[in-house]
Amino acid sequence: MQKIPQKIIHNKYLRHRKKFPHVWCPGCSNGIVLGAVIRAVAELEWKRSDITMVSGIGCSSRMPVYVDFNTLHTLHGRAIAFATGVKLFKPELKVIVVTGDGDATAIGGNHFIHAARRNIDLTVILLNNYIYGMTGGQYSPTTPIGDRTTTTPYGNIDPAFDICELALGAGAAFVARTTAYHATEAQTFIKKALVHKGFSLVEIICACPIIYGRMNKKGDAPAMMKSMKENILSIKAYEKLTEEQKEGKIKRGIFREVIKPEYTEEYDKLVKSLQASIGEVDNDRT
Amino acid sequence: MARVKKDIEKQVVLMQGNEAIARGALDAGVNFFAGYPITPSTEVAEILSVELPKRGGKLIQMEDEIASISAIIGASLAGAKAMTATSGPGFSLMLEGIGFAKITETPCVVIDVMRGGPSTGLPTKPSQSDIMQTRWGNHGDAPAIVLYPDSVLETYELTIRAVNLSEKYRTCVVLLTDEILGHMREAVSLPDLKNIKIVNRIKPTVPPEWYRHYDENPKYIQPVASYGEGYRFHVTGLAHDDYGFPTNKADEITLMMDRLKKKITHHLKDIIQIESFKMEDARTAIFATGITARAAKSAVLMARKSGKRVGLIRPLTIWPFPDDAIRKYLRNVKNIFVPELNQGQLIKEVKRVMGGVWNYESRKSRQIIPIQKYNGELITPTEIVNAMKEVR
Repeated sequence: MQKIPQKIIHNKYLRHRKKFPHVWCPGCSNGIVLGAVIRAVAELEWKRSDITMVSGIGCSSRMPVYVDFNTLHTLHGRAIAFATGVKLFKPELKVIVVTGDGDATAIGGNHFIHAARRNIDLTVILLNNYIYGMTGGQYSPTTPIGDRTTTTPYGNIDPAFDICELALGAGAAFVARTTAYHATEAQTFIKKALVHKGFSLVEIICACPIIYGRMNKKGDAPAMMKSMKENILSIKAYEKLTEEQKEGKIKRGIFREVIKPEYTEEYDKLVKSLQASIGEVDNDRT
Repeated sequence: MARVKKDIEKQVVLMQGNEAIARGALDAGVNFFAGYPITPSTEVAEILSVELPKRGGKLIQMEDEIASISAIIGASLAGAKAMTATSGPGFSLMLEGIGFAKITETPCVVIDVMRGGPSTGLPTKPSQSDIMQTRWGNHGDAPAIVLYPDSVLETYELTIRAVNLSEKYRTCVVLLTDEILGHMREAVSLPDLKNIKIVNRIKPTVPPEWYRHYDENPKYIQPVASYGEGYRFHVTGLAHDDYGFPTNKADEITLMMDRLKKKITHHLKDIIQIESFKMEDARTAIFATGITARAAKSAVLMARKSGKRVGLIRPLTIWPFPDDAIRKYLRNVKNIFVPELNQGQLIKEVKRVMGGVWNYESRKSRQIIPIQKYNGELITPTEIVNAMKEVR
């Protein structure tokens, strides 16, 4: 596929004249993910009116304002539930959910696992920055043990979720993890997730240098990017390591890519077989 | 009730209140339902799960009530006539979503079949304790439209009306019923489908680049686009401008908040329904809603037999509270009895509107007297009559 010039993508898919500059801090990875999303959509040549982007509350969830799709910025944690309504009623819409670690796995954990179980065709892009950034730096379900946040001033003792494992356990059909450092890989994974029929999750590890980085002495944005490069390894590279070396390292890659019965398709099948067996129902109170 | 008599030759069916809700929803054109099981409202979902797929509609049982209200708002934004049904505890969970529907001006209908509370309370017993919750439950200022029927036929009619009002005024409309109304079976004859007025939201005709999701217009009834129709718009629970984008500007916020209020207050005549029964010469009035109004009606007849001039005022629209209509009917009334199945919710509103001096010559205050029951039992006509006997 030929490379589409950056500027054309920006002009077409962003609300570039209306809504910029964005709200994100200097060094934030969310912009990288936004870029990956619109480039993936551009490569697929999807019509903007066919795409609905739904988000919850948080830093990452401000993303829909900037893209020129049908956009829905909902309640904290409920993005996937709103998206389920949109998708089930209009299966022809392509629904992307942008959410964060706190939004999807703390307050919205219930909706997350049930959408994965149901295998409804949503593409969930989960930006994991290990912290609640919007509210000023409280610990989230993915904050590593020992880390300092404004609500764990003596170090976090709360064990963290592995979000991909959670999605795999809940039965998600497509599960992948990458980082903001691996931007082209992120674009590839997002593209694969978008075309995958069924519930697909792309977890993208993001750097939050201003809040998480500063509180935990992780350095500035380039330093955090570098640590992503060194510590988040492809599945192949990770498997080669000894048990000792694996300490502190995380896998990235596609963990599952399977085709399973998709919810809205199954629903349509049910409706069709029902209508075939009883005939068309006009609303005559039979 | 006149309609029942007129149509009696037609097919009469024995129908439950919850069944009437499902039937009304189908006739009003509801094509999306998301819900979570809860006594005493579950029958609504059960019946719709049989009927909706046959008609190509969608029904999904979500993981909780929060997800249910979220899903119906999502579906409504995609163009559905969407509804959910629940009871008190579930309604409490839905409140944040109801606030979202109000600020984003998304049409949807929530059925609340009231049961005793607080908390798990009395799942299989009636109550009228959600009256204030439906009005003041969600945080922030925003008016509510809440309807409350008193019979199975009226449950059917008001379900259709709730859907129509939500489509017209782009807001979340709540239909209150209670455990007795929901489970009581009555012989009803449904009106002809041809005679039912169905309101659908107005579709925009402007080119997409001109479209504003919250267009200002003096009547506050605006065209609304759905996702996937070529109009790409932003919807947010944040305070927003005409296009739906978040704003912090004081003038834009004022405009938005005023619109939320005025679109209801400018159409009170259309929204408010109230029934008066034998009020022409009444000196004593009973103010009651829902299932309690049924007992009150009998009480009026019983009291009139013993020569007392008693009447009944029954609002079908509880919120917005029908202040002006009540003032008109109750102006010359000396005593007002307010029977209700809670510890005093409606009576506060009645006192607000009708409290103070009744007769300026004698400087006598009007008596507003509560008759309250909150033990899961209904108020009987005899109890109301006896209460009236005690007061001079």
